[in-house]
Amino acid sequence: MFKAASLGFEDYWRIVSAPRAVASYRVTVVAAAVATAFNIVFGFALAWVLVRYEFPGRKLIDALVDLPFALPTAVAGIALTTLFADNGWYGAVLAPLGIHVAFTPLGIMVAMAFTSLPFIVRTVQPVLEDLDPALEEAALSLGAGEPRTFAKVLLPLLAPALLAGSSLAFARSLGEFGAVIFIAGNQPYETEITALLAFIRLEEFDYEAAAAIASVILIAAFAMLAVTNALQARGLRYLDKG
Amino acid sequence: MALDPTVRIGDGALVRRLLIGAVVAVSVLVVVMPIAVVVVRAFSAGVGAYLANLAHPDTLHAIGLTVVTALVAVPVNTAFGIAAAWAITKFTFPGRKLLLVVIELPFSISPIVAGVALLFVYGLQGLLGPFLRDHDIAIMFALPGIILASMFVTAPFVARELIPLMQSQGTDLEEAATSLGASGLRTFLTVTLPGVRWALLYGIVLCNARVMGEFGAVSVVSGNIRGQTNTLPLHIELLYQDYNAVGAFAAASVLTLIALFTLIAKVALEGRGAGRVPRAAKTAPAAAPAGEPAA
Amino acid sequence: MKIRLDAVSKTFDTTRAVNGVSLEVASGELVALLGPSGSGKTTLLRMVAGLAFPDAGRILFGDVDATDIPIRDRRVGFVFQHYALFPHMRVADNIAFGMRAARDKRPEAEIVRRAEELLALMQLDGLGGRFPAQLSGGQRQRVALARALAVDPRVLLLDEPFGALDANVRRELRRWLREVHERLGITTLFVTHDQEEALDLADRVVILDRGRIEQVGAPREVCRDPASAFVMTFLGDTHRLPATVTGGVALVAGRARQPAAGVADGPATAFVRPGDLAWRGAGAADGGEGVPARIVRVLDRPGTRRLVVRTDDGDELEIDAGPDAEVAAGDVGTVGIVRARIFRL
Repeated sequence: MFKAASLGFEDYWRIVSAPRAVASYRVTVVAAAVATAFNIVFGFALAWVLVRYEFPGRKLIDALVDLPFALPTAVAGIALTTLFADNGWYGAVLAPLGIHVAFTPLGIMVAMAFTSLPFIVRTVQPVLEDLDPALEEAALSLGAGEPRTFAKVLLPLLAPALLAGSSLAFARSLGEFGAVIFIAGNQPYETEITALLAFIRLEEFDYEAAAAIASVILIAAFAMLAVTNALQARGLRYLDKG
Repeated sequence: MALDPTVRIGDGALVRRLLIGAVVAVSVLVVVMPIAVVVVRAFSAGVGAYLANLAHPDTLHAIGLTVVTALVAVPVNTAFGIAAAWAITKFTFPGRKLLLVVIELPFSISPIVAGVALLFVYGLQGLLGPFLRDHDIAIMFALPGIILASMFVTAPFVARELIPLMQSQGTDLEEAATSLGASGLRTFLTVTLPGVRWALLYGIVLCNARVMGEFGAVSVVSGNIRGQTNTLPLHIELLYQDYNAVGAFAAASVLTLIALFTLIAKVALEGRGAGRVPRAAKTAPAAAPAGEPAA
Repeated sequence: MKIRLDAVSKTFDTTRAVNGVSLEVASGELVALLGPSGSGKTTLLRMVAGLAFPDAGRILFGDVDATDIPIRDRRVGFVFQHYALFPHMRVADNIAFGMRAARDKRPEAEIVRRAEELLALMQLDGLGGRFPAQLSGGQRQRVALARALAVDPRVLLLDEPFGALDANVRRELRRWLREVHERLGITTLFVTHDQEEALDLADRVVILDRGRIEQVGAPREVCRDPASAFVMTFLGDTHRLPATVTGGVALVAGRARQPAAGVADGPATAFVRPGDLAWRGAGAADGGEGVPARIVRVLDRPGTRRLVVRTDDGDELEIDAGPDAEVAAGDVGTVGIVRARIFRL
C-alpha cells in the first residue's frame, strides 16, 4: 500500500533528517544489529543442537522456539520488562553488577532478540537437516579435522540460509513495536525507536511527519526483502546434488 | 538395508554436552521464563483477584472485541490463503512471483507502517476519507478499522503454511483426478484440500493467535478508547501504564494461554505433516491422500 | 598394503549386520564385496574405512591393528556411491581438499600441480574450474576418485561406485577403473550388488549373505564351482530340478545322472543354468537321460534363442539354444542336462 506523498521533497527531507529522527534511526539500527548478531550465534547453535543431537526435552525446546512468534508482542513486552527491571528476577541479579537492562538500549536489544529468534532458527533448520552426511564423512576421510570440516565444508553450505534468516530477523527487529516500547523507556534520543516516533507523530496529528518516518521504515524493509530473496536464490544454486 | 549410522562432526561427547547444555540453559532463560513471569505475576494477588481482574467490564469488552476481530479476520485470511496458495502452486501465470512477494510483505514490514498506511487510505484525510464520510461509514477508530488492520498484518500466515507443502506435493494427484473426470471444484475439495488439511489447520491456529495478539497496527487505527475500541493487547498496555501490573498480567495470561495452545497444536499437527516439511515426511503426505479420493 | 580381517562382527540393535567375517587381502589386490541388500557388505567396507567400528574382531593394515583408529587417521581413500563432492567448491579445489588439510602440508604450488596431474589421469583435463553441478555423473565419480587418490591412500575403498550411473557409463567406467588400478597398484576394496561388475573387475570376489562370507575366490572359481546354492542363484540365472542322491551320484528329474560328490544321500536339488541345458527335438538321440518337455515360448535375444520349456513333471526351465535353432512354441522333445550342481537345501 502506497501513501500519497503529500509533502514536497524538501519538507520530507527536513522531517526525515531531523536530529530526533536520526537519533531514533541510530537507536533502532544499532539495537537491531546487536540483537541479530546475538541471534546468529545463538540461533545457529540452537538449530544445530535441535537437528543433530538427541536429548530429553528436545521436542519441547523445538516447539518453544516458536513461542516468540506466537506470543503477542505486548505480552512479551511486559513480561520482559518485568523480568529485567532492576527489581525483577533477572534485573536483581544484573543490577549489582552494574548492568541495567530495562529502560536502556540493552533492553531494546533483548526485546528484539526475543522476537526475532525464530526466524534464524527456522531458516537454518531445514538446510541443516538436508545436509548430506556423506560430505562430512568425505572430509574426514580426506584427513580434515572437525574445525576444518566445519569451516570449509558445512559453513559455506549453510551460509546462504544463515544470511537469509538474519536479514529476516534484522528486518523484523527494525520494525518491532509492541515488545520494545515497554522495556525501552522511550526516552527521545536515547531509547526511542523509529516506529515509536512515527506513532507519536500520529498522536500529535502530524500526519505528514508520521508518513515520512513510516516511509523510511518501509524502504528499509523493502531493501531487506530484496536482499533476502537474492540470498535464497544463491543458496539454492549450490544445493543441486545431481 | 540396515541404516548404518553416519559419522558426523560435533559428535564428540564433550562438544555435544557443552553445546546442548549451553543452548538449553539460554533457551530456558530466554523463552521459558517470560511465560513463568506472566503466570506468577497474574496470580500474585491471589486467585480471587485474578478472576476479578478478568471479570472487569473493560477487560471483558476487550476480550469480546478481540474475539469478534478474530471471527472475521481469520476466515477471510484463510480463504485468501487457500486461494493464493492454490493459484501459486498449481499454476504459472504472469505476476506469480509478484504475488509471492506481496504475500511476504505484511510479514516483514513494521506493524506501525501497516497501521499508518491504512490510516492514510481509510482515515478522514485519506484517499477514501471523503467517500466514507459522505456515506457515514466510520472505519478508523472503530471496529472495522481494527479488523482491517488485523487482517492485513496476518494475511500471509495461512498461505505461508500451505505453499511449501503444496509445492512439494506437486500437481500429480490433481492431474490424475481430472484425467479421471473430476471437475475442478471436486478435485479441489476431495484431493487438494485433504492433502493439506493439517497444515491448513495449523495455519488457521497461527493466524488466530497473531490476530488476537496484534498490537502495533491496531494501536494506530483504534484510537485507544478504553472500553470501546481497545482490543486485549491494547488493554494490557493501558493497564500496565496505569501501574495495574497484576491486572495487566491477568489479561496477558489469557493471551499467553492461547499462544501455548498454538504451540501445542503445532506439535500435534506437525506429526501429521503441518509446519516445516521434514525430510521423512516429504513423501508421506503425498502417499496419504492417494488412498482417499474415490478412484 | 595388505589388509586382514579377523572374525569381525557388528550388530545394529538386534540385527547382526556382519557376523564373524575373516578375510585376507593381498597388497595391490582388487577385491569385490558382492552380495544382495542387507548382506553387510557396506558395513564391512565402512569398518575397514574407520567410519564404523566392529563389536568384535580386529582389522589389520599390514601388521598394525587399525581396529580403533578413526577414519581421519587411517589414510584410506573412500569413494561414495553418490560422490559426496563438495558442491560449493570447484573440481580442482575438491581434489586439493585433502592435500590442503594434511598435517604436513605441501607447498601450494605443488598441490595445484598434483591436482592437475590427477585430473589428467582421470581424463578430465581442463575441467578443474567447473563446479560439480556442471559435470555429468560419470565425470563426478572420476573427480571423487581423483580426490580420494590425492591423499596418497594406502587402501582405496569404493562404495557401489557406479551404482548411480547408467548402464553404458557404468561399463565404460569399469574398464577404466581396471586400467587405473593396474597403473597405480593400490590395494582396492569395492562393494557392489552387480555381479557382472564384480566378475569383470575383481581379482577375487567375496560373496556375502546376511553378514557371512559364502565364498571367496577368483571370478572363474565362483562361476564354475559355486560353494552353495546361494552363490549359484546369486550369480546368473538358475533353475531348479528335484534330484535324489545315492552314493555320490544324483538322479535329476528321475532321468539324468550327475555327479554329486560330497552330498549326503537322500533328496536334494539340482541347480542348472540355461547354458547348461540342451534341447533335443523329438526323435533325436539322448541316451535315455533326456527329460521330456514341451516348448512353451521362444524368446529371441541378440546372441541366442532362449527356449522356455515345461517338463512333463511341471518344472519350468529356460534353455539357451544358440542363434540358429529351428524351434517353435509347441515343439515336444527332451532336455539334456549337460552340467548341474547338486545341493541339499
